[in-house]
Amino acid sequence: MTQLALVIDLNVCVGCQACVTSCKEWNTSGSAGPMVDQNPYGADPTGTFFNRVQTFEVGEFPNTETVHFPKSCLHCEDPPCVPVCPTGASYKRKEDGIVLVNYDKCIGCKYCSWACPYGARELDEQQQVMKKCTLCVDRIYDTSMAEADRKPSCVLACPTSARLFGDVHDPESAVSLAIRESGGYPLMPEWGTHPANHYLPRRKTRIKIHEDELERADNPLKVDRQLPRPATNEPTLDDFTTW
Amino acid sequence: MQAVKPSVPPLQEVKTTTCYMCACRCGIRVHLRDGVVRYIDGNPDHPLNKGVICAKGSSGIMKQYSPARLLKPLKRKAGADRGAGDFEEIEWEEAFATLAERLGKIRATDPKKFALFTGRDQMQALTGMFARQFGTPNYAAHGGFCSVNMAAGMIYTIGGSFWEFGGPDLDRAKLFVMIGTAEDHHSNPLKIALSKFKRDGGRFISINPVRTGYSAIADEWVPIRPGTDGALLLAIIHEIIATGLYDREFLVQYSNAGQLVNMAESNDEFGFFVRTEVPTEEACYEPQDKLWWDRNTDRAVVTHQKGADPYLLGEFTLSDGTPVKPAFQLLQERVSDYTPEWASQITGISAATIRQLAHEMGVTARDQKIELPIAWTDSWDNEHDTVTGNPVAFHAMRGLAAHSNGFQTIRALAILMSLLGTIDRPGGFRHKAPFPRPIPPCARTPNDPRAVQPNRPLDGMALGWPSDPDDLFVNDDGSPVRIDKAFSWEYPLSVHGLMHNAITNAWRGDPYKIDTLLIFMANMSWNSTMNTAEVRQMLNDKETEGPNTGEFKIPFLVVCDAFHSEMTAFADLILPDTTYLERHDVMSMLDRPISEFDGPVDSVRIPVVPVSGDCKPFQEVLIELGTRLKLPAFVTKEGERKFRDYPDFVVNWETEPGSGIGFLAGWRGKGGEKFLRGEPNPNQWEMYEKNNCVFHYELPKSYQYMRNWNKGYLEWSQRNRITRYAEPILIHIYSEVLQRFRGAAQGKGLTRKPPEHLRKRIDTYFDPLPFYYEPLEGQVTDRHKYPLAAVTQRPMAMYHSWDSQNAWLRQIHTHNYLYVNTRTARQQGIEDGDWIWVESQWGKVRCMARHSEAVEPGTVWTWNAIGKAAGAWNLTPDANESQKGFLLNHLISEELPAGGSARVSNSDPITGQAAWYDVRVRIYKVGAGETAVTSPQFAVMKPYPGMKTRSSILAFLGMKQK
Ligand code: SF4
Ligand code: SF4
Ligand code: SF4
Repeated sequence: MTQLALVIDLNVCVGCQACVTSCKEWNTSGSAGPMVDQNPYGADPTGTFFNRVQTFEVGEFPNTETVHFPKSCLHCEDPPCVPVCPTGASYKRKEDGIVLVNYDKCIGCKYCSWACPYGARELDEQQQVMKKCTLCVDRIYDTSMAEADRKPSCVLACPTSARLFGDVHDPESAVSLAIRESGGYPLMPEWGTHPANHYLPRRKTRIKIHEDELERADNPLKVDRQLPRPATNEPTLDDFTTW
Repeated sequence: MQAVKPSVPPLQEVKTTTCYMCACRCGIRVHLRDGVVRYIDGNPDHPLNKGVICAKGSSGIMKQYSPARLLKPLKRKAGADRGAGDFEEIEWEEAFATLAERLGKIRATDPKKFALFTGRDQMQALTGMFARQFGTPNYAAHGGFCSVNMAAGMIYTIGGSFWEFGGPDLDRAKLFVMIGTAEDHHSNPLKIALSKFKRDGGRFISINPVRTGYSAIADEWVPIRPGTDGALLLAIIHEIIATGLYDREFLVQYSNAGQLVNMAESNDEFGFFVRTEVPTEEACYEPQDKLWWDRNTDRAVVTHQKGADPYLLGEFTLSDGTPVKPAFQLLQERVSDYTPEWASQITGISAATIRQLAHEMGVTARDQKIELPIAWTDSWDNEHDTVTGNPVAFHAMRGLAAHSNGFQTIRALAILMSLLGTIDRPGGFRHKAPFPRPIPPCARTPNDPRAVQPNRPLDGMALGWPSDPDDLFVNDDGSPVRIDKAFSWEYPLSVHGLMHNAITNAWRGDPYKIDTLLIFMANMSWNSTMNTAEVRQMLNDKETEGPNTGEFKIPFLVVCDAFHSEMTAFADLILPDTTYLERHDVMSMLDRPISEFDGPVDSVRIPVVPVSGDCKPFQEVLIELGTRLKLPAFVTKEGERKFRDYPDFVVNWETEPGSGIGFLAGWRGKGGEKFLRGEPNPNQWEMYEKNNCVFHYELPKSYQYMRNWNKGYLEWSQRNRITRYAEPILIHIYSEVLQRFRGAAQGKGLTRKPPEHLRKRIDTYFDPLPFYYEPLEGQVTDRHKYPLAAVTQRPMAMYHSWDSQNAWLRQIHTHNYLYVNTRTARQQGIEDGDWIWVESQWGKVRCMARHSEAVEPGTVWTWNAIGKAAGAWNLTPDANESQKGFLLNHLISEELPAGGSARVSNSDPITGQAAWYDVRVRIYKVGAGETAVTSPQFAVMKPYPGMKTRSSILAFLGMKQK
């Protein structure tokens, strides 16, 4: 059974927000749109976004990590948002595991957004229906597009290719490989939602310089007569004893 | 697999063009539906961004539909104050007639009374040419207040620089050190490279007072105090030399490290390289007439002789008794006191960390060498089987540049990169065409005020690269010819001009008054000026005495921009520009192209939607004006119009008749069969359009590296007229150019001498070797009263952008905070979110504080240009940008006291680079009961005639509204 998902590599995400606005740009005029903005040119503008990047600090100066954390619907394998829906508007697709909302059935009761522990759902204030990431379902199967374009908008946009997309149930897929090899983890597993999306943690590369690496026979100072070689007139054993 | 049926019609049309949401200039695909832009994504076939796009690029649609767009030419209502925003709509014909008449009179009398300054510096091929044709020296783009120190410091050292002209080769690097780089500089190519570099196992160190953006994913963050980078770099150089971790072979062959410097103090030649003969030709390359002290024969020989190997260290005496030392010896002496312990006190970085940095750089460079199987020939005819790389790469930008000690700091960086043997080598720094260029590049300004003549083009360039005091653009008494005092003794190497002083100088009439100031796309009454509040007054200030009493001190102010802004409000005449989706444009080799490491690249913009309202691209405005003014380049001998419009100009204009060099390098020649040089091709635009709007010439592999000294490349570049000379470009470890100015200040030699009051300044700062000094503002600041350094950066989603009015981007950054280290804040009793005052010796600002652990304790910082004037950019007057957002510019002075009543620009004394990041502040909580609004506030701005009303709800559908 296919479970499509995003795997987000926090090791390379620079928090540029490209995924945020390219998502909005694709989806507002796509099948999940519009994504309405209230007060777009006024005080406290608020709009619908399917994907947001939060930036936060961890640790105390100077041992601070700044983390950029993109967040969208995680397409849970046991999505708590689905059973609470009174109209059946929220559903999980069998064929690919994408969690979707049928706007025609949605009555805007917000049960699902209360049930979602990740805050992934946003109510469209104008249409009064619940909206969220669709994994760009209107792109990924669209055969009128070139094959290379049949990927989520955010994935194609991401300049650091921090967003991997694929089937997490296929052990051979690039996403499964990344989860296996780079320590991919789900968010808040304790909720039992089994999120399909995973995150890859930060990894550090260090260089260890051994002291003896600083001493080399081919030290260029030698060529210029400057390698610490004591002058002949400095004291030696010869000055003290005759043996 | 069940597809969700798109409930909306499919895309119908895809057009390619080039993004201009920032200065990065990625290739984009614009998808249209019913002729309406529905979606913009990265063009996978574009060499710069390879299909990716950033937050700005993805929000391009919202720029197109912004209610801040200016849609009609406007003129200030008679009697209205500047800044009040009282305008009336006019037709273009009136605008052109007004301008042609006014500018025509200026040109016929004193062309320098017209000044043209542009915020965007990637259109200089045209704007610079227009100014030159007009005959005014008063032209510059924004480089002077951006990063000219980076360009000048590196180009005067290695003949190339970061960003458009070169960058880190992260494909091959093993260690990457980013120092003083604000977010997103530059945008997508660096992000692509950084992630690949990390995934390939590279180690990434970020040296920065603040950890945001790219620094977040660094393997190590080294916090540093602002303005002290020079001390750090010099200490690293100290350690690299002391441990012998420099690439001796590289220095010997490819730099002036081994060249002998005259050490006879009484001699006029003191401090200059000893030469074998007096140069015969006055040219801008360096003849190979210097000496080495050969180890094998123990005598002085001409450099690069076969079999010779110079001493880099030691002192020697020439046969005529002249004492000499190799340049490298002088560098070693210079850094001898710059120990890690010394630098630790200044930078706040421990001596152990400084040593660790030096060792990581040196050992990685030495022990992880790359050998590429690429044969090449150097300028001395030595044949090499391989290209060697020492895989340590650097990137740096405004964090180093925007200090008044930035030039010497950046010289230190370029020297460090050279010591490690990383210049134009795999894994290090690599050039991009048209660089490298001779040191300094050949372009010169005139050096004589008589170059400015009525009704004549300027006899020389408005901007250039001085190589000695005789190149300065000064009057006979040594005073500046230019309004911004560039290329004068005050800022001799101000190669990008000093736009940040143009208004103050013109207002004061120092060095003289001007008549018309034309500003293109620069917010000079807001975030692009220092001392914002007073500069706004200057723009509105009137003469109180003399024949012009009651007239504005800057009599006529013209602003060309696509958007309502703080600046447009001050204009007498507003020329509405188009957006990037509505215009033709070129990223020209004559300007700042988008070249890759592997060869020259230029590109174009082609309109994808019709022009909105009554807008006109600025280029068309210049062509039209040039034609009406009958500037020689734009009219035939008979005075008739030569170019129909800008696209026609781009195709047919040549640098000189028959030169075959024009704005675009691709598809030249009658049928498009030539490149770089060739006759105009009438179908050039179509050919660009068919090829993703980009021309990319990939050099043969053997020409892709070591280009300063690569005979094949240099000759290719000479044949293709990229450069005049094919002489090798040796790295200037020791800068004779600087020494020439210093010599003049010491009264030596035959060149011009500085005026008395600037002698000491030149003598001090024009040191041929890098040195550290405290930034100038710090030298005149009470450090106890103002203990904190305050800096700014632009956030990624707004970097190099013009998009405060962008409905999507402004939701990411609606207002800004002052970020303060938590401990520093608590010492002042400031809690997270508290309202505080930030005060410098020049002014104060009220704003909100945000605690942060990601900032060095002696530094506070904020996002720049998020704060707006109320009502500006057609945001509502209560928008967060004006009520909670603020500008740090109010705390920064554009001038510093210079003894008595004299004032000098708050800039680097060598290059005139605006010293934005030198300001020192203190912070304290606001008094009880103070209003929770940022201060200062200005009169609420209103929309101008002809603008669209802003909507209170936006549901963008990317299709024609029914
Ligand atoms: S586009 Fe990529 S790098 Fe940028 S914020 Fe999103 S995930 Fe991170
Ligand atoms: S993240 Fe939230 S909205 Fe998405 S499937 Fe899980 S519970 Fe439902
Ligand atoms: S997959 Fe599509 S809908 Fe989901 S966050 Fe990415 S762009 Fe937005």
